[in-house]
Amino acid sequence: MIRLDSVAKTYRTRRGDLVEALAETTLAVGENEFVTLVGPSGCGKSTLLKLVAGLVAPTHGSIHVREQAVREPFPDVGFVFQQPVLLPWRNVLDNVLFSAEMLGLDSRHYRKQAGDLLELTGLAGFETKYPRELSGGMQQRVAICRALLPDPGLLLMDEPFGALDALTREEMSLELLRIWEERRKTILFVTHSIPEAILLADRVVVMSARPGRIVRVITVDLPRPRTMDLEFDVRFKAHSDEVRGLIFAGRRERA
Amino acid sequence: MSALRRLLGDALVPAVTLIAALLFWEGATRAFRIPRFIMPAPSAILSEGWAWRYRFIEHSWVTLYETLGGFALSIAVGVPLAVLIVYSPLLRGAIYPLIVLAQSVPKIAIAPVLLLVLGYGEMPKMVVAFLVAFFPVVVDTATGLAATPPELLDLSRSYRASAFKTFLKVRLPMALPFVFAGAKVAITLSVIGAVVGEFVGSDKGLGYVILSATSYWKTEVAFSAMILLSLMAILLFAAVSLVERLFCPWLATEAEE
Repeated sequence: MIRLDSVAKTYRTRRGDLVEALAETTLAVGENEFVTLVGPSGCGKSTLLKLVAGLVAPTHGSIHVREQAVREPFPDVGFVFQQPVLLPWRNVLDNVLFSAEMLGLDSRHYRKQAGDLLELTGLAGFETKYPRELSGGMQQRVAICRALLPDPGLLLMDEPFGALDALTREEMSLELLRIWEERRKTILFVTHSIPEAILLADRVVVMSARPGRIVRVITVDLPRPRTMDLEFDVRFKAHSDEVRGLIFAGRRERA
Repeated sequence: MSALRRLLGDALVPAVTLIAALLFWEGATRAFRIPRFIMPAPSAILSEGWAWRYRFIEHSWVTLYETLGGFALSIAVGVPLAVLIVYSPLLRGAIYPLIVLAQSVPKIAIAPVLLLVLGYGEMPKMVVAFLVAFFPVVVDTATGLAATPPELLDLSRSYRASAFKTFLKVRLPMALPFVFAGAKVAITLSVIGAVVGEFVGSDKGLGYVILSATSYWKTEVAFSAMILLSLMAILLFAAVSLVERLFCPWLATEAEE
């Protein structure tokens, strides 16, 4: 579904220095595949998401989504960020409908879907609450509903559970898997957490920093549906050791 | 019931302090026989103010009219200016230095020149009030518009929403609390601006009353006018706060939590 061909991105800072955010990267992601990107800060994970979404243009290489070259933002994408960034003056339902509205769709036709999504994420009955009345985890669920409402084929998630406490985080990971089982999508998911990366993914893309580049792509051969018990599985342990080794090897090289 | 009691409790200490200060003032002016044109007693201010009540209503209307006119101008000009500054780097470069320059000139110093150019009447006082009040509106609105979370802008862009739609549905409402912060400062500054305008040249308004009353040694009248001006500023500030609560109901509960 997504194809990156030797894509690179170099930023120019305000002082005029060139910063290589992402070195030449080639990656292909299949339809309905769940791919996680894991690596240290500054490894170009977020840049990669923005490139795929067409929010920034690559300095080199080309990006294709469904055989279409990406040159500008396209509507088949849902975005979830580390912060829920809901609109405080809108209630939960209207926050979910925001995506349809911004896409220029008639939001009245999406009220039912919005209700179904809130039901799916355990927020039924909260339609008329305001963001400030919700916990961080619930706010992030609303943000996920907002991204899912136009039923995009591609979901880009930039550390979506990074600001949540550890318990809520585990709960949300499992819930995301459950949602994904019901509504298959291609998901690119950026995280700092190695267990999270393995638990969720079909494939884990391990990246290193300065310049950002892919070190290895690991296929996770764990059965689905997955639960937290998998953390005690030998294969899970082997995967996480491999990822950890790759990330810290990169650090030692530079030190 | 408990809410009422809490309200009374909150009001009790300031009220007692105020009454004690007034009593002390009253007693001191009587005990030391201070001439009333230097420091009139509260009772004298009250009775003289009451005797002037009809004239005061007339003059208050004039000052209120000038203040509201200046305030409306500062919003009508300040908010669009802030939008231009935030959206166009070129205009930011062109306008910002001018605004800062306009702000750095003492308004009392340009008021005589302004009145010379614009003439008598209420309009020049509105212009002075506007000049005093518009700066916080521009700066606060611009800050608010620039404070939109970048993720929301990315989100709008990824949905291919037009810049105008993003402005209406995201950036402007996000900036509203900042606009109101600027407006609250602007409304009190407008009162000052209107009075400064009246000081420089007028035959109406509370500023004119203060100036002419003091030149005739009618200090009680000047004090009454001052009290009316403070009341006006307080009420206008409360009115803007009320409008803010209506427009941004989510802020009130945030502050309470």
